[in-house]
Amino acid sequence: MTNVSKRTFLHGMGLGLGALVLPQRVWSQESPIKVGTSMALSGPLASGGRQSQLALQMWAEDVNARGGLLGRKVEIVAYDDQGSPSQSPGIFSKLVDLDKVDLLIAPYGTVPAAAIMPFAKERRLLMIGHIGYQINSKAKHDMWFNNSPWSDAESWVGGFFRLGKSAGVKKVAFLASDQEFAQNILAGAKSLAKSAGFESVYEQSYPPSTVDFSAMIRAIRAAAPDMVFVGSYPADSTAIIRAVNEIGVGPNVKLFGGAMVGLQYASIMQSLGSQLNGVVNYTTYVPEKTMAFPGIKDFLDRFAKRAPAANVETLGYYVAPFAYASAQILERAVTATKSLKHDVLADYLRKNEISTLVGPIRWGADGEWANPRVVMVQFRDIKDGDLEQFRQEGKQVILEPQQFKTGNLIPFQQARRK
Amino acid sequence: MFSFELLFEAVVFGLLVGCFYAAISLGLSIAFGLLDVPHIAHAAFLVLAAYMTFLLGSYGLDPLVAAVLIVIPFFFFGVLVYRFYYEAFEKRGADAGVRGIAFFFGIAFLVQVFLSMKFGLDQRTVSAPYIGRSLELGDMRIPWRLIVVLCVAIALTVGLKLYLSKTFQGRAIRAVAQDAWALRIVGANPVLTKQWAFGIATAAAAIGGALLIIVSPVEPSLDRVYIGRTFCVVVLAGLGSMSGTLVAGLILGVIESLVLTMFGASWAPAVAYGLLLLVLAIRPQGLFRQ
Amino acid sequence: MKRGTIPFWVFAALLPAAAYGLPILGMNEYYFYISYIVLQYVVLATAWNILGGYAGYVNFGTGAFFGAGAYAALVVMLLFEAPLVVQIAVAALVGALMGLGAGLLTLRLKGIFFSIATIAVAIIIETFVLNWRFVGGATGVQIIRGPVTYGFETHTRMLFFVMSVLAVASLVIARYIETSWLGRGLQALRDAEVAAECSGVPTLRLKLIACAVSGALMAAAGAPLPLYSSFVEPHSVFSLNYSVMALSMAVIGGMARWWGPALGAVLIASSQQFAAFASPEFHLLIVGLLLIFVVIAAPGGLVGVIQWVGNWRVSRKEINRSASVVK
Repeated sequence: MTNVSKRTFLHGMGLGLGALVLPQRVWSQESPIKVGTSMALSGPLASGGRQSQLALQMWAEDVNARGGLLGRKVEIVAYDDQGSPSQSPGIFSKLVDLDKVDLLIAPYGTVPAAAIMPFAKERRLLMIGHIGYQINSKAKHDMWFNNSPWSDAESWVGGFFRLGKSAGVKKVAFLASDQEFAQNILAGAKSLAKSAGFESVYEQSYPPSTVDFSAMIRAIRAAAPDMVFVGSYPADSTAIIRAVNEIGVGPNVKLFGGAMVGLQYASIMQSLGSQLNGVVNYTTYVPEKTMAFPGIKDFLDRFAKRAPAANVETLGYYVAPFAYASAQILERAVTATKSLKHDVLADYLRKNEISTLVGPIRWGADGEWANPRVVMVQFRDIKDGDLEQFRQEGKQVILEPQQFKTGNLIPFQQARRK
Repeated sequence: MFSFELLFEAVVFGLLVGCFYAAISLGLSIAFGLLDVPHIAHAAFLVLAAYMTFLLGSYGLDPLVAAVLIVIPFFFFGVLVYRFYYEAFEKRGADAGVRGIAFFFGIAFLVQVFLSMKFGLDQRTVSAPYIGRSLELGDMRIPWRLIVVLCVAIALTVGLKLYLSKTFQGRAIRAVAQDAWALRIVGANPVLTKQWAFGIATAAAAIGGALLIIVSPVEPSLDRVYIGRTFCVVVLAGLGSMSGTLVAGLILGVIESLVLTMFGASWAPAVAYGLLLLVLAIRPQGLFRQ
Repeated sequence: MKRGTIPFWVFAALLPAAAYGLPILGMNEYYFYISYIVLQYVVLATAWNILGGYAGYVNFGTGAFFGAGAYAALVVMLLFEAPLVVQIAVAALVGALMGLGAGLLTLRLKGIFFSIATIAVAIIIETFVLNWRFVGGATGVQIIRGPVTYGFETHTRMLFFVMSVLAVASLVIARYIETSWLGRGLQALRDAEVAAECSGVPTLRLKLIACAVSGALMAAAGAPLPLYSSFVEPHSVFSLNYSVMALSMAVIGGMARWWGPALGAVLIASSQQFAAFASPEFHLLIVGLLLIFVVIAAPGGLVGVIQWVGNWRVSRKEINRSASVVK
């Protein structure tokens, strides 16, 4: 691989994102190191996919500005998988067999990533997971290193139920979308509630095409729970929060939320505004002082400047830092081992802690984070229509886990009255 | 747990959502029910109208005001689309069949691509004084946005029904549905009449689209969800009956709501579409057609 | 024997043989992945056309049949560890029964009413799978593939071979239907159902046969999916996308001949694979424009265009010949 033809080079530039070549730098004759991945650039998951794409591009530019990796330029090769498990296997074969990429990051999201696990395992490929849930639980691939701040259901919503326990909750209601992730989390949440000794007073799984949630929220109010666990997708999350504002969930509810996907997205946070107050929900990063990992502030500032041109949200808290960190993991392992061999790199990752934009990471035997840190945040003092307010501390107060805690739970109904 | 009160409220919510289903189906009831145009793109037009409402909303216009403003452009848009369809298919005599359906699928694709390029893939919502608040009647709370939908749906149904039965133009539209030749004899041009009617249908879709974004957030590919629902309502109603469309929407809404409350939401689609299949198998002319 | 029969059978035998032989020639693994998808669409579009093109009944439930096939294969795999051949057979049977059921239920429905009924069937079946815990319900199922069988080196090569056999089978069936009494009957059904009935065409039986055959092929196309993607989940499997794509491919390729949908499928599915690297929206835009253009300006689709060009050349030749005779 010493001589790269001009055509291959252009191919990479045109099809992938093509890192910018800095004019003053003279690259060695060696071909660039290619990092291959796929993400949803169209379809319902596209907003996160496009953020990931931008973050990876920024990483490549940063590395190249520092002189590359092992003296070689890096290049991102990223394709659109539409979030579909029938697209991702073909794309990863293309990355490995045709584009001959050196390093891989798994597709963004659980469903497309699950579909490439047998391929990764059969070919003995090092795979960095990018925001996925329990992808390796069946495949048991020993070269899988997930970069998502959770491992099992406990790590995801455990904090939510601990908060419930300390707030004296006895009765819990469940509401979840009839889709892949939400149902997985729901199963975990139910067993957590059971072991905490809560009584389930209402349980509903709704189809993704549900138009209006008034009747469900009404039924929840009638069941008079002390806390409400919701596992929902972006479109439903908005509709549910709205319905809660209109119908109400009853005076006893101390906690509402849990696993609502979408409440981390800038457009949704902005449009819901004050309706979010009091909701407690999971997220991966918020700008509280306990989460000021080295480099993240600088990254997010730069991301905000680049976002409008890429047509993605300017906050970029939820997904983008993790995409950048996934590439950082590869970068650290390659730099330390001076190797591109997947088994060597995997060995290094198994034994070492990696410091990244999203904090230090160490992996357990199953390839998930050994110390998961999903944060449960409570929305407070949110005004309508203002996106920039979410950059301030104190708007999304961290209640769990203890090491990042910046405030105590204010019971849902009380927080809304303010 | 299924108290009478809860069941009653489930019916109320079902009726309100049913009004919404009816309101978004009225345009299709004209285009497909009366004019026999296989208007697969109707749901895409709804989403397009929802985005136009969003666009005007970003200048501070209330969604209902926006709905009124977009009615006229949508009318002309509909006229254009029909003219195109007519020149391409109906003029040549033969039934368009599969190709007619494919044509409207193509139109729906174009609308979807336009929306995702212009507005991106994030979901969009509008804000208005009646969104996020509710009317309190004792222990019962009814979202104002659904009350708005109720009023608009009834006004639209009554308006269209009166228009179709009382005005000359309206009667001509109903006549063209039955016998274009006879219409020609009384001196009206069937093509112009159908063109006008398709414009009305698209204008109704514009109002339906505004309701769509009032009721729930929208994204460019949302039309896939509503193709089935709107056709379901129109077929249940019996083709081309406005009051039938309203009743069919209500039936669908109430059934979904009751199934949801009593058996669980995940079975609601199976029951609603099971009903549709049953109607199709036993009474294909619809529930409300003589 | 009709003109073109021998080349057809040679082609039919050669495609799977080539599919078997290509790996030996060292073709890049990646092409097996995309070729599998392309061939899968060849089967779907061809199957769709048996009902949609020949008989004029537009099926919006392609995803339902495809998904039912995938889930039928999954169930026999999970229950009995059945080999792929059995999985495909079971899936085809399920698809045929579903087609028969849908046909019986919609006996008297014409035109778009039939289409609406197929949407309803699709949603009902998806709802049942969503609530069926054995196959994972909404969370889906991850499959751990066993060792590769039948002497292939990788799963993908094996599945590609299997799909090429299915594609050839569907083309053989479509061609048979087109050229036999079945096809003529279906055509009569499409053009004037009542007249056909009056003149003694067994319309009901024909329609049921077409429904069953089309359903069986669609389901068979879905059967290898669990092995291919090793992850099955209802929302992506039952997607309306399959119906939309099958329809677009058949219409653009040309509905009148058996090779039209296949041509459309090859063009659109392979260009989609490449568009995934550039702009998926752009691809949808092109397909939309092509659809509108074809149904208006070239109702015969690409097949029609090719035949027209062929005829034009032949007639040019004849004109030249007659001109030279005159000289």
